[in-house]
Amino acid sequence: MKKKKVGLAGNNVLLLITVLLFIGMYVIGCIIYANKGFGHFQTFLNILITNAGLICVACGMTCVMLTGGIDISVGSLIAMDCMILAVAMGRQGLPCIPTVMLVLVIGIVFGLVQGYLVGYLGIQPFIVTMAGMFFGRGMTAVICTDQVSITQQENAMFYSWANAKITLPAFLGYTNNKGKTMVPFIRPTVLIALVVVVAIWFMLKYTKFGRSLYAIGGNEQTARMLGLNVRRTKLLAYVLSSFLCSIGGVLYCLNTMAGSVQQAKGFEMDAIASSVIGGTLLTGGVGNVLGSLVGVLINGTITTLVNSNGKLLSSWANIATAALLCFFIILQSIFAKLKDGRK
Amino acid sequence: MKNIQKITRMKLFFPLFCLLLVLLINVVKDPGFFQISVKNGVLYGRLIDVLNRGSEVAILAVGQTLVVAVSAGTDISVGSVMSLSACFTTMLLAGYGVNTTTTIVMPMALGLLAGILMGGLCGAFNGALVSKLRIQPMVATLILFTAARAIGLLLCNNQITYIRYEPYKYLGNFIPGCPIPTPIFVTIVVIVIIMLVLKKSALGTFIQSVGINSRAARLLGINSDFLCFLCYVICGLCAGVAGMIASSRIYCADSNNIGLNYEMDAILAVALGGNSLAGGRFNMAGSIIGAYTIQAITTTLLAMGVSTDQAPVVKAIIVILIVVVQSPVFKSWVETKKNRRRAEIKEAV
Repeated sequence: MKKKKVGLAGNNVLLLITVLLFIGMYVIGCIIYANKGFGHFQTFLNILITNAGLICVACGMTCVMLTGGIDISVGSLIAMDCMILAVAMGRQGLPCIPTVMLVLVIGIVFGLVQGYLVGYLGIQPFIVTMAGMFFGRGMTAVICTDQVSITQQENAMFYSWANAKITLPAFLGYTNNKGKTMVPFIRPTVLIALVVVVAIWFMLKYTKFGRSLYAIGGNEQTARMLGLNVRRTKLLAYVLSSFLCSIGGVLYCLNTMAGSVQQAKGFEMDAIASSVIGGTLLTGGVGNVLGSLVGVLINGTITTLVNSNGKLLSSWANIATAALLCFFIILQSIFAKLKDGRK
Repeated sequence: MKNIQKITRMKLFFPLFCLLLVLLINVVKDPGFFQISVKNGVLYGRLIDVLNRGSEVAILAVGQTLVVAVSAGTDISVGSVMSLSACFTTMLLAGYGVNTTTTIVMPMALGLLAGILMGGLCGAFNGALVSKLRIQPMVATLILFTAARAIGLLLCNNQITYIRYEPYKYLGNFIPGCPIPTPIFVTIVVIVIIMLVLKKSALGTFIQSVGINSRAARLLGINSDFLCFLCYVICGLCAGVAGMIASSRIYCADSNNIGLNYEMDAILAVALGGNSLAGGRFNMAGSIIGAYTIQAITTTLLAMGVSTDQAPVVKAIIVILIVVVQSPVFKSWVETKKNRRRAEIKEAV
């Protein structure tokens, strides 16, 4: 019992650092960019709106990383999803719901192939998902090489989904300089993303599958000896990741309303960074989707900070995320060394 | 029958077989594939094109082979590092923020050297993360995979820097009076240096022993951490050289496009060369043949009208096929099939 407490304490420290970092960054942003409206509640909601897709993807990524694997195909899969949605609805005029279903099914199939290769054939997850990454990006170009957008005329239903507003109580808003009250709002995408977070959190905590993910990441050999079906669990983890990634792709598409080959480049980096910043260990066995949610928020705050400045090049956001990922990886490795020392 | 088995068991059989297969497909499709002609005093032809364009992949494959052998992981940042070192060199030569220039502000050799060293620095960063902090190679290199291009954009002030200075084009194109493209010479030089180091010193053997069992190697007195670090630095330097060639070809540094998808090609070259991606024993010659096979595939695809954006699909499928064939599960499945057939034959007798 005592040992367990020590382990949890170490992980909580990582999560605590993350939460403090987020609050610190946000407060600094509020102070520096106060005149640009950084302090408004809507800015925070905008971070959620723009990153709804990333939240879903990060949840899937966390599940895969819990088993000690990784999935770097997510960015390309999102690009492929967006392109399929855009071409099917924008060019072919297909109805909305079947297309979304199709995209979700494609995600599951994609995950099945990757999961089979990783789980049953025992190939390194990185090699498999890297091939998946290039395959996805390439397929996007095979489907269409132009930038395709979805407009209101082409698909009114999808358009209405994308532009639906859910207003929050007015007292959270502010009065702009013309004397008009700006009521804060979120989009339905945010709700879907939050539902995904809660569902995955529940799954990881209270279902057999969720606990097996932790067990396999902790020690694969032990998990197998205790009678867990390691191969099938791994397969399902990749299916779950690709499925959540496809949901994320639909949410992402609702945000951009377009498909292009270059879309969502570096998304895998953002998702991995969010998970790692949120306290998921790269070696597996330790992690929490709520942490990943905070990781996504940190990621979004960095981008918002860079954009608020206006003068900085957008590549600074990439560099900052990479630096943060590097910092947290080093932190993790130090924690791991300390733990080893304690033993 | 025994002779055939002897040939198929040779180390270089698989890579050579793949190369010949690709060449054969090309010859059937286009009989003029092997034609080499001289135009304007330089050599022209598909074969020359493959050798020329394959230089970057071959150089990257040399570095990648060492990394795979020593750490059982791959360096996925090589493409981005190529672009970063190219951006660094053009920034030094043209000056910060200059869009296009016909004169250079510092000696060209110095600029090129700085670019290559920049690659080495990136390699050192990766190496430190992998060897000292024991982070999985692919996660460690993922950091530079995204960040290096972004840093390159910063160095170039978010624009494409053109250097319209004649000698700068020599490295990636032709030296006046010489009919053979310069990148071929550069590749030969890199390969010869690495081969000499590996063969004349015990480095090659040390790298293999670290890759097979790094703890055992350390107990034998090999500094396995340092060797791992060194391999990443060499890989970074190779990426730097490849970046110089790629930048010189188009006499500019386009941060978003230089070295795009090259990490895939490099890893594919290593796998095609008959090397196990699980580390340990390596076969440099196989990797180099693998690299030219990849280039031949790329050239074939481009000649067939497949766009550069679409080509990765085919390569991804090839990678998966190779790793599936290499996987222990598949191998044991083949073994059991063979054994069963043997047993059946015995029973029949």
